[in-house]
Amino acid sequence: MTKNALTDALISSAIALALSVFMIGFRTTDAPGGLVLTYKIPLVISIVAVVFLGRLFLNLFWWRRPSSTKTKNRYFDILQVRWASGGISLHGITLLLAFALPLLLFVLNAKMNLGLPLRYWFDIATLVLTYIMLGWGLNIVVGMAGLLDLGYVAFYAIGAYSYALLAQHFGLSFWVCLPLAGLLAAVWGVALGFPVLRLRGDYLAIVTLAFGEIIRIVLLNWYQFTGGPDGLSGIPRPSFFGLPFKRYGDNTFHIFMGLEYSTLHRILFLYYLILILALLTYFVTNKMRRLPIGRAWEALREDEIACRSLGINTVNTKLTAFATGAMFGGLAGSFFATRQGFISPESFTFIESAIILAIVVLGGLGSQLGVVIASVVMIGGFELLRNMSWLKLLFGEDFDPSLYRMLLFGLAMVAIMVWKPRGFISSREPTILLKEKTQ
Amino acid sequence: MSDQLSWQIDPVLDVQNLTLAFGGLVAIDDLCFQSARREITAIIGPNGAGKTTVFNCLTGFYKPDRGVIALRHDDGNQYHLERMAEFRINNRASVARTFQNIRLFTGMSVLENLLVAQHQKLMKASGMTIGALLGLGGYRSREKQAIELAMHWLETTDLHYRADDLAGDLPYGDQRRLEIARAMCTQPLLLCLDEPAAGLNPKESNMLSQLLLNIKSQEKIAILLIEHDMSVVMEISDHIVVIDYGRKISDGTPMQIRNDPKVIAAYLGVDETREAVK
Repeated sequence: MTKNALTDALISSAIALALSVFMIGFRTTDAPGGLVLTYKIPLVISIVAVVFLGRLFLNLFWWRRPSSTKTKNRYFDILQVRWASGGISLHGITLLLAFALPLLLFVLNAKMNLGLPLRYWFDIATLVLTYIMLGWGLNIVVGMAGLLDLGYVAFYAIGAYSYALLAQHFGLSFWVCLPLAGLLAAVWGVALGFPVLRLRGDYLAIVTLAFGEIIRIVLLNWYQFTGGPDGLSGIPRPSFFGLPFKRYGDNTFHIFMGLEYSTLHRILFLYYLILILALLTYFVTNKMRRLPIGRAWEALREDEIACRSLGINTVNTKLTAFATGAMFGGLAGSFFATRQGFISPESFTFIESAIILAIVVLGGLGSQLGVVIASVVMIGGFELLRNMSWLKLLFGEDFDPSLYRMLLFGLAMVAIMVWKPRGFISSREPTILLKEKTQ
Repeated sequence: MSDQLSWQIDPVLDVQNLTLAFGGLVAIDDLCFQSARREITAIIGPNGAGKTTVFNCLTGFYKPDRGVIALRHDDGNQYHLERMAEFRINNRASVARTFQNIRLFTGMSVLENLLVAQHQKLMKASGMTIGALLGLGGYRSREKQAIELAMHWLETTDLHYRADDLAGDLPYGDQRRLEIARAMCTQPLLLCLDEPAAGLNPKESNMLSQLLLNIKSQEKIAILLIEHDMSVVMEISDHIVVIDYGRKISDGTPMQIRNDPKVIAAYLGVDETREAVK
């Protein structure tokens, strides 16, 4: 067994060597006397070593694993079992971690003198939470109701522009605009829902994709209303129950609280704001899942014709799914607008829809916890790849890791889908269990 | 008329002159039949005779070109099914159906399947979702009742010990019975079963016959049955309608049907020499 693994690894590294010697090992550089070949032997050696060790590892530990795990029930999942047995505690730990994260970072920073760029970390955490919220919103439409929506970012944009325009033209505060933006996005969700009621699968995906683009192009071209490509700037920042986060002024947050002024206050406030919005999304979605409407959404995903034969109004059911999903997108959008202070159609391109959809799919369709994991992995991982200077130790000084960011990211996604084709959490929790009742 | 039959005296379902053509193909041609409460009416006929098309007209999946499908409720209300949308046929007119190729919500648990069937009722109880989200109203007690109804039907169909399993994980015969249980959870007045015995072994189809007889005796409903398994049909039905090429060729009790030369001709073919002599 080990011998086979060794030969296999040797063959693989020989192939890697043959390929990399010519493609990576030699490079022509401009020198005073014309082109000169430079050799990059260490790089070739490290690549071959990586292939050899990786292949050996896969052979010995990965592909040799007992096949029983693969033939098990497809709804059965190691992670899920662990989760189900300690479901509340894991939820609790995640929640606690989310609430305590800023404190944790502060303490770590002070005690261990890490010198972390706190603002940067909070910004990333806020970004991850925004995507978690968007993922949960899209999960209603794609994961639960089974309606493939490629234009989800349109609702994000509608929420953002609703807040920006309402605040600028009518001087409404963030807390008034937030529900209005959610409502407007929901209305647009219904507006999109109507024409696509009869469509499913690929056809639905194309139409929603077009819808997302239409919204973006309208925002781009309706100059008088949306500012076109210039975007909208000077969007009012949120206040802490009427106390603005300003350095100077009479009744500001830091004076009221008796604190030293710090820009971190606002950043932290935004972090907790999106945390609360995301939790709202979570609890509402989770509750809806256990209500008839949620079961109808899931039934719709399973079999639409059977739904109709059981007296379910599929039109209303689909529209409520679109509207609810869109509403959370809109709420996240207004948060985005108030956080950035500036929005333009640039922020609402198709790639955003694709990332949100990727989060939902990678997490496992319909799984709430999966969205959290996938957001942390995708958004956090994406940021992590910006700080990969340690790779220079492996591949030499002139290796620029940031250039390989997208490549690594793509590789990671492919790897995840090979490893877990149905997403991180592929099992579905039943909305009701009889055993609970008879216990 | 002394020999007037039960379904002509007090029909629950009255189908008159039902006609449906797909382009040039007349799938149902001027079909009339009645069906009575507490009776099993079997619709039989060779493959492609139009039986499932009749069901699709009854349950609103197809709109007939002509004809009347009247369903009489106890309170005297009469519903014209040919004019109603399919989901209203279930939740207003109380018609439930099963499908020839089983259509369960395979990714959901058995109990969830039966709760989805009670959607309309539970939706109202949940205050159209908003009420229950805000914690208003007695949704919990209504849900409990719904679970009790579901358990009643799971016990009747002998599936109660699998309530928390995924519907897709059940064996084929159990899935057939679960589909019937799910249809019954909508508390129908008319139950349409499209080939419930297809693919069942003799033991399972015997169980199915018992289940249908049980439903017939316990519930005040009319059962409409499409079936190819003649042993099941002859054993349990009270009334048989025979269709061939979309037309009714015979209608009567199992005994009458068994001896009807037209039925024998449709099923077994006609001796050509005797045909020529006629």
